[in-house]
Parts: sequence; C-alpha cells; structure tokens
Amino acid sequence: MISALKIKQTGSRFWVDRISTTWMLAGLFFILVVPFAIFLGLLIKALPLLYDQSLWAILSGTEWSPMRGNFGFLPFIVGSVLVTVLAVCFSAPTSLMAAIYITQFAPKRFLKLVHPVIDILAGIPSVIYGVWGVLTIIPLVAGLASWFGISSTGYSILAGGIVLAVMSTPYVLNMLIEVFRSMPIGLKEASLSLGSTYWECIKHVLLRKGLSGILAAFALGVSNALGNTIAVLMVVGNRVQFPSNVFEAGYPIPALIANNYGEMMSIPLYDSALMFAALLLFVMVTFFNFASRYFIQKYEV
Amino acid sequence: MVMTETPIIRIRDLNVHAPDNHILKNIHLDIPKNKITVLLGPSGCGKTTLLKSLNRLTDLYPELKIKGNIYIDDDDILHPERDVSQIRQKMGLLSQRPYPLPMSIFKNVAYGLKLKGITKKDEVERRVQEYLKKAALWDEVKDRLHSSAEQLSIGQQQRLCLARGLAVNPEVILADEPTSALDPVSTQMIEHQFQELKEEYTIVLVTHMLRQARRLADYVVFIYYGKIIEHGPVNEVLDNPKEELTKKYVSAGV
Ligand SMILES: Nc1ncnc2c1ncn2[C@@H]1O[C@H](COP(=O)(O)OP(=O)(O)OP(=O)(O)O)[C@@H](O)[C@H]1O
Ligand SMILES: [Mg+2]
Repeated sequence: MISALKIKQTGSRFWVDRISTTWMLAGLFFILVVPFAIFLGLLIKALPLLYDQSLWAILSGTEWSPMRGNFGFLPFIVGSVLVTVLAVCFSAPTSLMAAIYITQFAPKRFLKLVHPVIDILAGIPSVIYGVWGVLTIIPLVAGLASWFGISSTGYSILAGGIVLAVMSTPYVLNMLIEVFRSMPIGLKEASLSLGSTYWECIKHVLLRKGLSGILAAFALGVSNALGNTIAVLMVVGNRVQFPSNVFEAGYPIPALIANNYGEMMSIPLYDSALMFAALLLFVMVTFFNFASRYFIQKYEV
Repeated sequence: MVMTETPIIRIRDLNVHAPDNHILKNIHLDIPKNKITVLLGPSGCGKTTLLKSLNRLTDLYPELKIKGNIYIDDDDILHPERDVSQIRQKMGLLSQRPYPLPMSIFKNVAYGLKLKGITKKDEVERRVQEYLKKAALWDEVKDRLHSSAEQLSIGQQQRLCLARGLAVNPEVILADEPTSALDPVSTQMIEHQFQELKEEYTIVLVTHMLRQARRLADYVVFIYYGKIIEHGPVNEVLDNPKEELTKKYVSAGV
C-alpha cells in the first residue's frame, strides 16, 4: 500500500504523505505505550512499600498511620467502591429511564432541547459540582440523616455518591440516547405488528437489542465515578474509617492521593504508599474495563 | 370493479397527509378474502404507507395525519378507541428487510404466542414447530432452535419473520416487497409459501417486480402518486390496462 503510493507521488506530496504517515504511527504508538509507561512508572515508585510489606497486608490492612509505617488500604478501597456503587445506583436507572423517554415517547424537538443541556452539564468543571455539593447536597444529606435519627455533618459517602451520580449522568445519558436512537425502526414495527404494546416492545426487544450498548454506557459511568477526584473530595468527609452507614464519612482513593501528595514530609515509605494508591486505582479501573468489555461482547447482538 | 368475493378489508376515503405531502388520496378499495392482492406502482407512490395504515403502524409517525375508514371484518380500525394490539394481531407483517427479534429462533416465533397469553410449554412447542413448518424453515433450523435468530441467512430470517407473523394467527398477511433483499432461491421459497398460504389467509403484497405480480397476484392495484389509477383481476390490469399510466408502467417494466 505504502510502496504503491510512493511510486505515484512525487516531490512535496510524497514528503507530506511520508510525514503524515509517520506522524500517525507515532501517535498510535504513543497512545498504546502511555498506559504501560504509567503502569511501570507507578509500579517502580511503589516497589519500596511492596518490599517492606506484603501485598496482602497492604490491601487488607485497616490502619493508616504513615508516621508508624502502617499503610492499610482497605478503608480507601471500601470508600471508593461504596461511593461508586451509590453513584451508579442513582445514575444508571435514572439515565436509562430518561433515555427511553427522550427517544421513544417525547416529541422529536425535545431531543433538540436535551442535547445542549447535556453538553452544558458535561462541560461544568468538577470543582463547581463540588461547591454545589457542599452548598446544597451536604445540608440535604444532613437533614435526611437527622430525619432517620442519625447525626451526620452531611459530609458523607451518600453526598459523594449523589454528586458523582449527577456528574456522570450526562455521559451515561448521552451514550444511552445514541444506543436507542440507532435502533432500527423496523425492529419496533416488527414487535408492534405482532401485537405487543409499546412497553412490551421496549422491555423485550429494545432493551435486549441495546443491552451491550447499555452495559457500555454504565461501564463508562463507573469508570468516570471511580476516578473522579475533586468534587468527591469536597463532599465525602475524608476520614479513614469503615462507614457503617451511608451518612458517615469515607475516604476514596483519589481523594487520598490528592489530599496528601506533596505533603509527605519525608516520612519513610509515605511517598511510595501514595504511588501504590495510584497504582491500585489504575489497576481497579483497568480491571473493571476489561471485565465490562467481556460482558459487552458477550451480549453483542 | 366487480368483486364477486366477499371483501375482508374495505378501505373508504382514506387520506394520509404528511406535513408537506398528500401521500394517499381518497383511497377506496376492497380487498377480497383468501386472495393475493398485489399493490403495484412506482417508488414513492405510497404503497408502504397504505400497507402500514392497514395495521396502524402509521401511529408510529406522529407527523402523519390519517382520515377515512378502514374496515376489517366490519370493524373500523382507524377508530381511535380500537385496541391496536388486537387489530395488529389480525395482520402479519413482512417487511422489506427481515428484522429478527434479538432472541433465539424459538423465542422469535413464541413471542407472539406469549403476547397472546399462550405459555403452556408443550402447546408453545407444538405451535412453534407448526408455524416454522408452514414457513418452510423447520428442517433448516430444527437442530438449532435455541441459537440466535440473527445468525440465520437473510432468506432464512425472512421465512422466520413469516413464521413469527403466522404465530399470532392473523387473517391477513401484509408483505412489503418481502423478496427484494433475497436471492432467487429464497424468493422462490417465499413465493411458493404465499401460494400455499392463500388457502387460509388473505395476502396483500407490495412488489416492484411485474413478473412476481404475474406469478402471484389474483388482483392488482396500480397506484400512482397516492391515487389508485386502476385495479382489477390480474389479467385485466396487466394484460389489458385501460388507463394510459398503467399501460406505460406495464410496458416499461415487464
Ligand atoms: N413519515 C413520513 N413523513 C413524511 N413523508 C413521508 C413519511 N412516510 C412516507 N412519506 C412520503 O410518502 C411518500 C410515499 O412513501 P412510501 O414509503 O409509502 O412509498 P412506496 O410506494 O412504498 O415507495 P417504495 O416503492 O420506494 O418503497 C413518499 O414521498 C415519502 O417521502
Ligand atoms: Mg415501500
């Protein structure tokens, strides 16, 4: 292919072609290599901790006191997972219902209205969601907690989950809308002409047809939530503990890194532990992506 | 036209409007029972729209405005209070391209049964087999009933759609160029099935192929820009057309 082009093209066009091909290859190479480079970099930096303590001890340890050399990561893992699960529990059903309504029931011009709103939501910087969370969600959560008879400042796993859910909704919703919009109308007609109601058609046919796309959208939401830092950090409370209910504070991994990096005060292994935290997050997200990819392919139709 | 047979569908003053287009104009038509009626006409003349009006799939397009009456067994299906699901189950639809439902071959056929509330396992199995045989597909799929319907060839998918449509026990089969995406062998199979099926069902067939019309039709309806130009028994319309437009179409297309 390339040699055929070479013969035909002469002079500057040849060079433009050569350069752009090289450039594209370099870009591709870069994209493929960066994740490995990051992984290796983090691993090397985390090695001192891994030499000092066993991996299992680090992952299952519950005590975090850098001064005494205790680096237990379990509270952070639990914090991250809880916040993410809550966020997805809020955003997944809402987005799915919204996408179904927008694409199947609402008048067409509604979609034209929704798209800019989604873009605006997606474009708002994370820190603004954080401020909004502090100003409105925190008091709400505190109020809700006291209604349940639990005392809470409001800075909690629940607040983190809500803020994350709101933040990831535009991405998830956008993808879901595409999934439902790309559904061939003939499929709907087929189901309806067999005498199904509109709802039966959605339930048995469209949801099944779109399953892999729906899973992909949810997976995007999870990755988004797992890695989000600033907004969560502002509302989640940042206390190293196992929250016993959703009104208590937690401490997700990204918050741990962002709060402490640069203030390690030459405590031995602290630096290495934070690098390990980053590595852990990286591995969690990667693992999750592979797992979801497996399911997405399994349900591809 | 003199119709000796009893009509199963009577269309009266049917008008379909799109925002900037009068798609069907004063359609007045009787469709006889247990015959194959072929809708013929150039592209864009409104054949698909007419077919979709017959089972109210036009409801899916809010921009279309429909006026007039369509009686099926003396039941006006355009009446807004009619139960559309029930109306649609009187009609099996075969579209231009097959759209297998995203489930197994077996479930595709069982889908309509489920909607009708037939869930007893042995009855469902018996019926699925019966309809797959009627659509001449059984022998090809009997060993892989539970694999995905989307893996079938296009020709097989079209026959599956036929079986699926028959499963709701319709009176009429609406077929919109059902063979246009198929190879000659699959086309022949579908045509052969149609000839057998007209013993039990009324078939309304849209086709572009005059030869197919000749092979299958009992009656032909020639439509041009949303108007019925001429209709009658196949030999009258295709061999001795009265109208200039029909003559042109027939002589250009044979
Ligand atoms: N939902 C709609 N909104 C606006 N116009 C429509 C709509 N559906 C159909 N039309 C128009 O109505 C006319 C008839 O369309 P129809 O699909 O019924 O033609 P057809 O005879 O089936 O053509 P073909 O042989 O190409 O399938 C076309 O001009 C088409 O553009
Ligand atoms: Mg058509």
